[in-house]
Amino acid sequence: MSKSRNLFFLLSLSVIFVLALAYNFADRNIAKLPPDPRTVNAQYDFDLRIIAAANAANAPLEGTGPLGLGRKALKQEIVAWDLEIAPDGTGLPVGSGSVSYGEEIFSEQCSVCHGDFAEGVDRWPELAGGEGTLADEDPLKTVGSYWPHLSTAWDYIHRSMPYGYAQSLSDDDVYAMLAYILYSNDIIEDEEFVLSNENFLDVEMPNANGFIIDDRDVTEYPLFSGDPCMKDCKLKVEVTMRARVLDVTPEDDGS
Amino acid sequence: MSKKKTTRRAFLKGSVAVGSAAFTAGTSVKAMEGDPLITEPQEWAQFTGDGVDATPYGMPIDFESDVVRRNVGWLTADTISSVNFTPIHALDGTITPQGCAFERNHSGAIELPKEDYRLMINGLVDRPLVFTYEDLQRFPRENHVYFCECAANTGMEWAGAQLNGAQFTHGMIHNMEYTGIPLRTLLNEAGLRPEGSWVFVEGADASSNGRSIPIEKALDDVFVAFKANGEALRKEHGYPVRLVVPGWEGNMWVKWLRRVEVTDQPIESREETSKYTDTLADGTSRKWTWVMDAKSVITSPSPQTPIKHGSGPLVISGLAWSGHGAITRVDVTLDGGENWFRARLANPGETKALTRFYLDIDWNGKDMFLQSRAHDETGYVQPSKEQLRNVRGLNSIYHNNCIQTWWVKKGGEVENVEVS
Repeated sequence: MSKSRNLFFLLSLSVIFVLALAYNFADRNIAKLPPDPRTVNAQYDFDLRIIAAANAANAPLEGTGPLGLGRKALKQEIVAWDLEIAPDGTGLPVGSGSVSYGEEIFSEQCSVCHGDFAEGVDRWPELAGGEGTLADEDPLKTVGSYWPHLSTAWDYIHRSMPYGYAQSLSDDDVYAMLAYILYSNDIIEDEEFVLSNENFLDVEMPNANGFIIDDRDVTEYPLFSGDPCMKDCKLKVEVTMRARVLDVTPEDDGS
Repeated sequence: MSKKKTTRRAFLKGSVAVGSAAFTAGTSVKAMEGDPLITEPQEWAQFTGDGVDATPYGMPIDFESDVVRRNVGWLTADTISSVNFTPIHALDGTITPQGCAFERNHSGAIELPKEDYRLMINGLVDRPLVFTYEDLQRFPRENHVYFCECAANTGMEWAGAQLNGAQFTHGMIHNMEYTGIPLRTLLNEAGLRPEGSWVFVEGADASSNGRSIPIEKALDDVFVAFKANGEALRKEHGYPVRLVVPGWEGNMWVKWLRRVEVTDQPIESREETSKYTDTLADGTSRKWTWVMDAKSVITSPSPQTPIKHGSGPLVISGLAWSGHGAITRVDVTLDGGENWFRARLANPGETKALTRFYLDIDWNGKDMFLQSRAHDETGYVQPSKEQLRNVRGLNSIYHNNCIQTWWVKKGGEVENVEVS
């Protein structure tokens, strides 16, 4: 009897301790603690550490999955992160941009690496040219000659460019830059062209049909299997190429 | 006597140049006088060493300072969007220490505090969820060892023997023991909808690397990891949380994982269309070439680890791996493929993890053309470069899993070559 009373006393103490801890922690770290973290609004400068502390104090769990972990993603949060664009245009925002405006911002923001005409500087990628070179030795793979979907370019510019200052371009800027890149690739010949979400899917990418799905299981695996030869497999062995002769290895190689 | 002295002087002179050879050679050459390392008290035997707090987190001893990642300057435009290479020529066993495991970043290695880490699961799920790092710690955990190989590993060798070192030809690989949560656990928590057929995974860094993964793989062995080799991930490997996609190309192992979206179609992002696709001879290109086929390489001797001990017992050591499962067998040839021997696997192959192999020989001191050939549990046998070129042509970059040749010369020097 007294044992269980002691246990109960200890338990109560620890609950009080956790609650006090959560209260103090919350109090010190956030000015406007919402009354119930489950109904938190994105306008609050909320912090999940608070929610974690609330969980520790036996507040109802946020998630409603099997383990009840995590919390529901808010609409604003999903909008902020769910940016990618699919080939069928899913995710594409309303907007537009002209070739001429694209040329202007391209020369400001992109040409230092990609060149004034998207031809590439040093080892930075060329974005234009190369059409018809894919079967050549050393094909030139650019947005125009290689990329199968326009959505890929919109998505990449929007999420990852410019290099060193990603996600700083407006949707209209991205449409304009892409209009200029299409123009640089002669995919669009009209210099008055305006690319928008309306005409986006009308643009035909030259290499749209240039891809096949991995077929190694048919074209390679049957050839590269079975019991290989172990003895007297070759008549002679000759050196046909040497790395020393080419000499492109870094000098400090640790040997 | 004078002859002996000359020999000793030559030996001492040589020991400066060859270092490690000194120890073995020393005992026999100086039998008369005895090895001073033994006959004379050494400073480490007389004076005390560092106290326990000298290095709260230890680095390798200075003598191993050459066992580091290296980059190939001409390969990329800068070091921010670039790659470096694991010093596989100098490592043994199978686990890659994090500090020298290769890095491939598209917008540099960022510093994302654990407290600021958020992982969102959204798209075709019943409950879009956000997890903190602490939330992830409360899911049932698993441990798995997997290799991570960049699809471009050995890519520079496609056109011919180029880089003189296993580190450079095969060093875009590492193998770690990961601790984390199966992705399926997190998808279940959010309630996967039946129409979800792909997941799009993306990182929190400025490159925002995003890749599409079929739902079958996502529910199979894809893993959300927060520890590697027992400790937190290094920032260059995605601290605090990265994706592990066993057996599939490293670019899909999204670092600083911030979002998993369930979709009903692939996104065809930049990294899965303009890059990481394989152009064939006729100009068409393969896409979705995710699996890393079986491959092996002899790590020692190799150009950066020549033979310094002369003829006699020689340990030939290497690594083998397959994205399709376990390595079952490795063959090694000393003569460029005329005759092959079965190598000894240090341990039975584990699925989608590095396997160490050895061939212990009595080297006659003559030229050798060393090659290794991996077999995996599906019956796949690692092909020659010629076999691959016959199917793919000459314009491939990625997925070069060809047999590698090292030319060991009489003095023990080793060179990367191609042979007929």
